Order: sequence, then structure tokens, then C-alpha cells
Amino acid sequence: MRNDPANQEPTGPVLAADGTPLKKSLSRALRRQKMRALLLIAPLLAFVFITFVIPIASMLFRSVENDIVANTLPETVVAIASWDGTTGELPDEEVYAAFARDMIAAVAEKKHTRLGSRLNYELSGISSMFRQSGRKMKRWDPVEDAPFKEKLIDLHDGWGDVSTWAIIQTYSAPYTSGYFLTAIDMQLTPEGVTMQPEDKRILIRLFWRTLVMSLVITGSCILLGYPVAWLLANLPASKANLLMILVLLPFWTSLLVRTSAWKVMLQQQGVINDVLVWAGLVADDARLIMINNQFGTILAMTHILLPFMILPMYSVMQTIQPSYLRAAKSLGATNWTAFWRVYFPQSVPGIGAGSILVFILSIGYYITPEIVGGTKGVFISNRIAYHISSSLNWGLAAALGTILLAVVLLLYWAYDRIVGIDNVKLGG
Amino acid sequence: MKITNLIATTASCALVAGSALADDMTIVSWGGAYSASQQNAYHTPYTEKTGVNIINDESSAEAVAKLRAMNEAGNVTWDVVDVVASDAIRLCDEGLAMEIDADTMLADAPDGTKASEDFGDLLVSDCFIPQIVYSTTFGYRTDLVGDTPPTSICAVFDTEAYPGKRSLEKRPINNMEWALICDGVAKDEVYDVLGTPEGQQQALDKLATIKDDVIWWSAGADTPQLLADGEVVMGSTYNGRLFSVIEEQKQPVAMLWDAQVFDLDGWIIPAGLSEERKARALDYIMFATDTQRLADQAKYISYGPARKSSAPLVGKHAELGIDMAPHMPTDPENAKNTFLYNYEFWADYRDDIDAKFQAWLAK
Repeated sequence: MRNDPANQEPTGPVLAADGTPLKKSLSRALRRQKMRALLLIAPLLAFVFITFVIPIASMLFRSVENDIVANTLPETVVAIASWDGTTGELPDEEVYAAFARDMIAAVAEKKHTRLGSRLNYELSGISSMFRQSGRKMKRWDPVEDAPFKEKLIDLHDGWGDVSTWAIIQTYSAPYTSGYFLTAIDMQLTPEGVTMQPEDKRILIRLFWRTLVMSLVITGSCILLGYPVAWLLANLPASKANLLMILVLLPFWTSLLVRTSAWKVMLQQQGVINDVLVWAGLVADDARLIMINNQFGTILAMTHILLPFMILPMYSVMQTIQPSYLRAAKSLGATNWTAFWRVYFPQSVPGIGAGSILVFILSIGYYITPEIVGGTKGVFISNRIAYHISSSLNWGLAAALGTILLAVVLLLYWAYDRIVGIDNVKLGG
Repeated sequence: MKITNLIATTASCALVAGSALADDMTIVSWGGAYSASQQNAYHTPYTEKTGVNIINDESSAEAVAKLRAMNEAGNVTWDVVDVVASDAIRLCDEGLAMEIDADTMLADAPDGTKASEDFGDLLVSDCFIPQIVYSTTFGYRTDLVGDTPPTSICAVFDTEAYPGKRSLEKRPINNMEWALICDGVAKDEVYDVLGTPEGQQQALDKLATIKDDVIWWSAGADTPQLLADGEVVMGSTYNGRLFSVIEEQKQPVAMLWDAQVFDLDGWIIPAGLSEERKARALDYIMFATDTQRLADQAKYISYGPARKSSAPLVGKHAELGIDMAPHMPTDPENAKNTFLYNYEFWADYRDDIDAKFQAWLAK
């Protein structure tokens, strides 16, 4: 460059043909290109944002949202703030009057039963208090029927119970940590944060079980999938294609069919036990229990997720040159050394990709554990499904989901630190 | 030219679809034999009468969650939804179902009795229109129980007299009540006891005596399959499922009509429908829950009609030709010893006891 006669003037920036500095012109051209690229993916971005990011974010937001109490009982929330529940004395008439006014308004809008179900998550029995009281308070007048304290207690003894008011006070803030605490077997009570009673602690256990079993499933997928993927990559094309179809066939079969098939195979009067009894390996009255427990879940899920392990491994192994192995052997390596020192390290990206896929899929599974898991094989996602569809406690479901997401991200980060995410390949 | 044609065709298709939509009505139910019985007894005659095309959606199992999601999105696409009574109470509480005035919105009985009286106590929620009475009860393998077939619910807890596995539903409802009854609690005190932590523990302790012998089911089809395969010696499920195992599939299974728990299934109309759709849904409900129609459904499935006035009209099974009355959970012979399910109690305590129950199961 320096010797180029056209570029003799060393002062000032390099100029483009139209006289603008080259740097500026280049960045403008790049910006235009970037804009064009952005415009091209804009529909996709908008789609992902609208159908994915917003719904998930709003669902996760429910894990802290608690404005229903303040919205339904605006006056009560203000009046009860100064009440001290620890004295064991009921709030005074002012609170009851505010509550009655709020309730009469809420009943008119039919909002009181929703609040009842919300508070019932914290104290069983409140739901029917709101429902039953609402029916009678419909006919009350907020001015003429005062004072309310005794009337309310007459209506339902629950209104004469300190714990009812303490719960309303504790949950009157627009945001709550209550759902997250419940999700880790703790609870937010008027006395502060405590552990759940021993006989209600289950969620931590389920989180732990989900993680451990997902790891076991991932591990058994690696063990079973690796030789298959190796065969697929090394057999002659015609045989490899046949094998490929065998791998893909279950992949295309309905999940429910495959899970139910395992049921037929594994149950005590099932195919495997029948064969074992027939062959005399197992006594008729001591048939093996292989389903409705952890074993059943691990077996069925390993089978279902196996293709997700084999396919990435296969696509990575396909790119490994067989000549490397031959070279290693010609340099004096044994079969094992050639495999372990030369072949295996090259196939690690496939294992990594497959493991991440299988692990993340299995952590969120719930149909299969529900059907074959019995009592010891269910996952945390079964509880999430229960709270989404049966108990309608979406706040708790969202908190559980958020924790699960955080755990997955944490494990992903750890994976990146240990193995390196660049070391993952989904294809050659 | 081609593209214009394509656009024109698409547009006309969309128009046709749009106009068809106005006469379509989406009814949500459970699928399987149950939906088929509704199709025969209600949908087909209603379409013949009015020309309204009925679209079946088999989402009742997730109806509560889906209705809430639809309601929040402001786009309710269902017109009439079939749910069990406890779900109806939940939907009503959440403001997701419309309140129904039985006397003005439902048909009177043929003798002029008001609907509210004809349905009587079965109107368990302000939003709920009962349709059938079903019961959760036990079936047992006749070839696996020896010479003394069980006659009492407590046979379930008697693993000495009746060895083998039993199947129970993977939830506290019904199981806790049965456990307490068999632990000596009087039937009318069951819910008082179950409302206390000690009572809940008592029920779980009783269940613990058979925990190792139980296969827990979560889908209604599980127990019939387990019975048919001989995997369990007895198991709880809905009486209609057992009817089909016994009468249609001719399996060696018999019913145990003791302490059966009555439950209700019926319709709700989602809140927030347009006036036009609401009027049509109400018209359908008026038609489909009258005395004759409810009795008709019993021709196809062994669930009892919810109206008192329908009971005498129950006839024979449409295909098998057998008398259906003796197979109804409401038949006096079967209903000698029934257990009344307490909706209010479970609406209050379901989440609390379920947490304990699941923690106990996972131990």
C-alpha cells in the first residue's frame, strides 16, 4: 500500500471513490446490509416475540403477581395494614366495615369467589367462606346494615377467626414471594417464612428426582445410542439405510402408542413376565415388577428419547475420517487406544448435542411418567400440569416452571464452562 | 392468472367457511363412548330439528384450564362444555361459566314440575346443568376372588381374604373417604373427620396398609384394562366403564355396588359469549336436558339421567337390547349403600389434601 503511487498522501483518512472516508462508507454499506438482513428476519423475529417471548414472560410473571387481593378488597387492604395480628385479637369494626363494603361491590361484579379460590391456596376453607357469604351479602346494604363485625361472624365463624384476617393481611401486597416459597416447600405465613409441614413437602423431592432421573435417562441413551450411531456411520449405505429406518420408525410412532406398548410388555401379566415364567426363570407367584416405578419410567423414556441421541451422534460420526483410525493403528495403537484417543474425542460434540437434547426434553416430560411412573417415577412436570389444569393455581405452576427454567440454564452454563458450548454439533 | 385464480379460490373458500361458521356450534365433551351417546341422544336430533351443525371437541379433561386461557385471551370459541360437577364449581367461582336460572332456562318435566325441583339437590352450582349421575365404584375379577366374592367396600383393604393388586385413582378424592369408612368412621361423619389433620393422617394410615398392593391409575380406561389383563383383582373406576367390560366385552368381571360414590356430569355455558351464541347455547341446553332426551342417553351408556322424571323412561340398550335400568347407579338395588360426595368440602380442601396425598405417595 505504502508504495502505491496513488496513495502517496499520508495525511487524512483513506477516501472512497466518492470522496467520503472509506471507514464511514464501509460502515454505511455494512449497516445497509445489516438492515436488509434484519428486515429479512423481521417476520421471524416478530413471530418468535409474539408467540413465544411474550406468552412465556407473562406466564412467568404470574409467579409473583398477586394484585387480585388489593383489586378486589381495596378498602380492606388499607384498613387492615395497621392491624397487629400477633396479639390474637380480631380487627376492629373499621376493618369489618371496609371488608363488607368491598365484598358487596365484589359480589355485584361476581369477583368474590375468584378471590376465595386464590386465598384458599393459602388457607383451606376460605373458598367456601367467600362463596357462602357472597350469596347472603348480595342483599346487604353497605350503609344501612352497619355495623358489620357481628353480622359477618354470624354469617360464618371463619370471619371470627384471627387466621383468616392474618392471611388477608399477609397476602395484601400486589407482589408476593409466596408462590416461589411454596415451590420450594416453604410457606409465607403471617408469622413469617417457615418450612411446610413435614407431610406436605414434596416439590423439592420431585425437583431432585427429575434431575437425577433425567441424568440417568441421558446416560443410558448415550450407552445405548453410541454403538448404534457408530454402526449407522460405518456400515455400507444399503445396510445403514435399513438401520436408519429402524431408528426412525419409533420416532414417527405416536408417543402414547409407544408408552402403552411398554405397559403391555412390562406389566406383571405382560409379555416379558409371561415369557420368563414359561421359560422357568421366574416363579409364577414372584413375577417381576417392572412398571409403575422408576425402572418403568427410565426404560420407556430412554426408548422414546433414543433417536434424539442417535441422530446428532450419527451426523457427527459421519464426518470422522476412517483414515484417522487406520493411521493410528499403523502407528502402533491398539484397537482400544485408537478408539479412545482418536475416534472418541472427535465424536464428543455429537454426544454433547445429543445429551443436551435428551436431558432438556426429559426434564420437561410428563405424559410418560404419568402413565408408567406409578408413585415413584413421576416428575416435577406432573405437578406443574396438575396446577395448570386441575387446581388452577397458575401462580405456583409459573413459579415451578421458572425454577425449572433457571435450573436448566444453570446446567447449560455449567456445561458450557466444563465442555464448552462450541464443542456441540448438531450436524457435520 | 394462476395466482389470481388461487386468490379468488382462497377468498371464496374463506367466505364459505365464514358463513358456515355462523351455523356451527362447538360442544366440548369427553370423547369415546360417552361422546357417542351424546351424539346419538342430543346432537343428531338437535341438528335435525334446527339445522345447527355441531362440532365435537374432546377437551373436557382440560376444560377448566383452557376456558381460563380463552377467557383471558378474550376469545371463547366453545359454546357448551361438558364437565364434572367439581370443575363446574371451580369455573363458576372463577367467573368463567354463566349462571343458570333452572326454572326459566331449562325445560319443565312433562307433568309440569319445575326444572329446579326435577333436578333437585343435583343443582350443586349456580352455573351447572346436571346431565347424568355416574358413580365411582369397584369391579372385581370373578375368577380371582375364590368362592366368596366381595360384598363390601372394605374388601379392598382386606389383602388376606383377597390377595392381589388393586387399582385406585391417583388422587385423594374418594380414596380418603373409603379409607375412613373402612377404618370405622361413620358415613355421615367422614367429612368432619377428613377436615382435620388427624383425620387426614388416619385416612392415609389406612391407605398405607395396602400401599404396596395398589396400582394407581390416572385415566378412566386404566382399571378396565388392568382388570381385563388380570393385573389387578379389583379396582375402582366409573360404573359405565365397568358396564362395557362386563356386558360388551364379556370379561369375567363383576360390579361391587357398595359405598359407591355418586358424582355428576353436566353442562356449563362459558361466560363471555356474544348474545347470539348465548341464545343458541341456551336453546341447545333447553333441548338436550329435557326429560326425554336425558332418558334417551341411557340407551347408549349406563349412566343415570339427572332428572327424577327421566328415570321411568329409561329403556333398553340400543345395541345389546338389555334392560338398562338395573345397570344404572341410581337403581334402588344398586343404590342401597351409596356415599354422598361433598362438593363444598373438596372445593375447599382439594389442594391441601392433594399435596399431602402426593407427598405420601412419593414416600
